[in-house]
Amino acid sequence: MPRQIEASATLSVPVSEERDHILGPPDAPVTLLEYGDFECPYCGQAYYVLKDLEAQMGDQVRQVFRHFPLTQIHPHAGRAAEASEAAAAQGRFWEMHDMLYENQDALSDYDLVAYAQALGLDVRRFRTELLSDAYAPRIREDFLSGIRSGVNGTPTFFINGRRHDGPWDLDSLMAAIEPEIMNAAPRGRGRAGGRKIPVRQTRGR
Amino acid sequence: MSRGAGAPRPLGAGAQAPGFKLHSTPDQVVDLNDFRGRPVVLAFYPADWSPVCGDELTLFNEVLPEIERHNNAQLLGISVDGAWCHVAYAKDRKLHFPLLADFEPKGDVAREYGVYRQGDGVAERALFVIDEDGVIRWSYVSPLGVNPGADGALRALEEITSRQSQQSSQAMEAQHA
Repeated sequence: MPRQIEASATLSVPVSEERDHILGPPDAPVTLLEYGDFECPYCGQAYYVLKDLEAQMGDQVRQVFRHFPLTQIHPHAGRAAEASEAAAAQGRFWEMHDMLYENQDALSDYDLVAYAQALGLDVRRFRTELLSDAYAPRIREDFLSGIRSGVNGTPTFFINGRRHDGPWDLDSLMAAIEPEIMNAAPRGRGRAGGRKIPVRQTRGR
Repeated sequence: MSRGAGAPRPLGAGAQAPGFKLHSTPDQVVDLNDFRGRPVVLAFYPADWSPVCGDELTLFNEVLPEIERHNNAQLLGISVDGAWCHVAYAKDRKLHFPLLADFEPKGDVAREYGVYRQGDGVAERALFVIDEDGVIRWSYVSPLGVNPGADGALRALEEITSRQSQQSSQAMEAQHA
């Protein structure tokens, strides 16, 4: 009998400082990784949730973005991912990421080049890379790493390498993240007599 | 929506995959036997037109190249919806693999594989990976409302192809011995 294969739900490719798009300090106790699609309306909602989360949690959370474009149902998702990589090649991934999510209903090639212009990128280089699908292999690599990690739709989040299966409104994400911060807190901080205390009180804000 | 007491158990690894002939379009019939010699991924799902972004078939559609890489494996979706419904759904979602209509007698194939939800009248979200000889090598029934992803099926296909290459290299060695 072949051995039992379980569906996996942990990150198969660890976060890499060299390769991944990362926002936040390397020593943050929590890494929140999203597999996302720039044309997916749910990812568009999640974008604003993550902005709120960033405002609330500050340096406690490091965000990572990997591509998971569902190109058959989202005809612009592949090109939009290319655009973000072409911007990344000029050191501006997160600016383009934000631009795309804030303009999800305008993702034609013409729009993408206009965003590059608005961000002050080298537009000639951007356009060449965009139109030649220069970053398609890297985007596919992200996608497949997601598949092998049990990504089952967009957005899918991983909190410190484990898939977050619940809802992803702000309160739910905070509730999932806070225990991770507690666990990461040095001994004597974050715990009082073995009783958990709310994490908001432990962070001198 | 729970599997009732006495509900049949899904067929597991080692079982012969029950054969079927089902419509994929109003004028096309798919016979499981036609895929003998190639692995088959059989994806039962409850119904066409589930919400888009978390949809299992959309995901499988995107990994078709990785599925087919395994000895030209064939992906088949299957639900109790009728062929006309499948045609409209496949067109809308740009699916590049057949959807089979387990429509008449309703759910018969799902019953044979042990994945029919009696009370709900639909199939479970269940995956079967069948080898070249028509033997089920892996099966998985998803918990309620959870899209299983494609990882398990891909790993099962890898096991089938790696076992085959082992067997063929053993056969080569035996020939040369």
